[in-house]
Amino acid sequence: MALAQKTKEAFLGPLNVNNPVLVQILGICSALAVTVQLKPALVMGISVTIIVALSNVVISLIRKSIPMRIRIIVQLVVVAALVTIVSEILKAFAYDVAMQLSVYIGLIITNCILMGRLEAFAMTNNVKDSLLDGLGNGFGYAIILVIVAFVRELLGSGKLLGFQIIPDSWYVANGGCYENCGMMLMPAMALILVGCVIWAHRSINEEKK
Amino acid sequence: MEHALSLFVRTIFADNMVFAFFLGMCSFLAVSKDVKTSLGLGIAVIFVQTITLPINYLLQTQVLEPLGLGYLSFILFIAVIAAITQLVEMIVEKVSPSLYATLGIFLPLIAVNCAIMGGSLFMQQRVGLDPENVKAIANIGDAFAFAIGSGLGWLMAIVCLAGIREKMEYNDVPKPLQGIGITFITVGLMAMAFMCFSGLDI
Repeated sequence: MALAQKTKEAFLGPLNVNNPVLVQILGICSALAVTVQLKPALVMGISVTIIVALSNVVISLIRKSIPMRIRIIVQLVVVAALVTIVSEILKAFAYDVAMQLSVYIGLIITNCILMGRLEAFAMTNNVKDSLLDGLGNGFGYAIILVIVAFVRELLGSGKLLGFQIIPDSWYVANGGCYENCGMMLMPAMALILVGCVIWAHRSINEEKK
Repeated sequence: MEHALSLFVRTIFADNMVFAFFLGMCSFLAVSKDVKTSLGLGIAVIFVQTITLPINYLLQTQVLEPLGLGYLSFILFIAVIAAITQLVEMIVEKVSPSLYATLGIFLPLIAVNCAIMGGSLFMQQRVGLDPENVKAIANIGDAFAFAIGSGLGWLMAIVCLAGIREKMEYNDVPKPLQGIGITFITVGLMAMAFMCFSGLDI
């Protein structure tokens, strides 16, 4: 049972209690930059999940043969190769999203979640646990992206996934009394929103204890 | 020359790495607890950025583009950055042990600092821009201006935040918001202030 418990923890821990963004404060850069709209945030979340899971598996497979002194370079090359593949696939099948994400796809390489998980987990654990740990952390990251992007797109442009949610007739231009909050589209609001999500998350977890 | 200067000033303020692009956020938030350490990390970032970005610029324009190997850029750039950080660490350790004592612990961190990789990726995007565009990086001089400017902007941001956080030690912040939560909101407010520079032009 002890083993099963650990496996379960590897997957479920990062979703809430040990969330990579909210608790470990990893991977903030891209989490903030791609959340103006829901669609790029979703694509980014999925890409990161796939890359974390696969790189965790690869590093876990070769963990016994990596020399300790150059392990960072080995890890970076594995991740860079995977990111290159994902970037080429995105350019082929979802060109407009790839353009919107611009440099942030490449920046998955230096996303601290990856290096953090590879160093802390994949280097010392077996393949199955590493895969689950990677998936868990990827999903934990994606959840935060989706929450922040949901609020920003809804309040900032009245849309979700590109569809108009706030009826047209509500807008001031059409005789209503509603105005989009332009502030939500600014970089500054992403930071403040993540701050608020952390606040809520900590308050809830505090109560549980 | 005028273009390089304009690019330099713009990169520090209007296109600040932290406040406009969120690059280098992880170490920015983790290390900004006191002014002295953040100054050390900031200097290390300028140092590595100024070496790696022009090298990556030359690789991009002289090797990758003529050979049509653009898709290899991620692997090549990160290899250059990781190798240079390792090299710089060894040289600094040999030449100046006192500098190593202050910068040493930060150098390995920098290999995975997104500000460095992000700088190189932005450079790659801007190489092909129209030379009239203020953001264009048309020659090696521009690459240097962009590298030093982005490093300096990052240093300024982290030192400012560290100063604010040192003062904030004495404030009465709600318990769940303490530490990282309030830091995020502080950075958000700083980013708003930095938006004032967005119209800056020389």
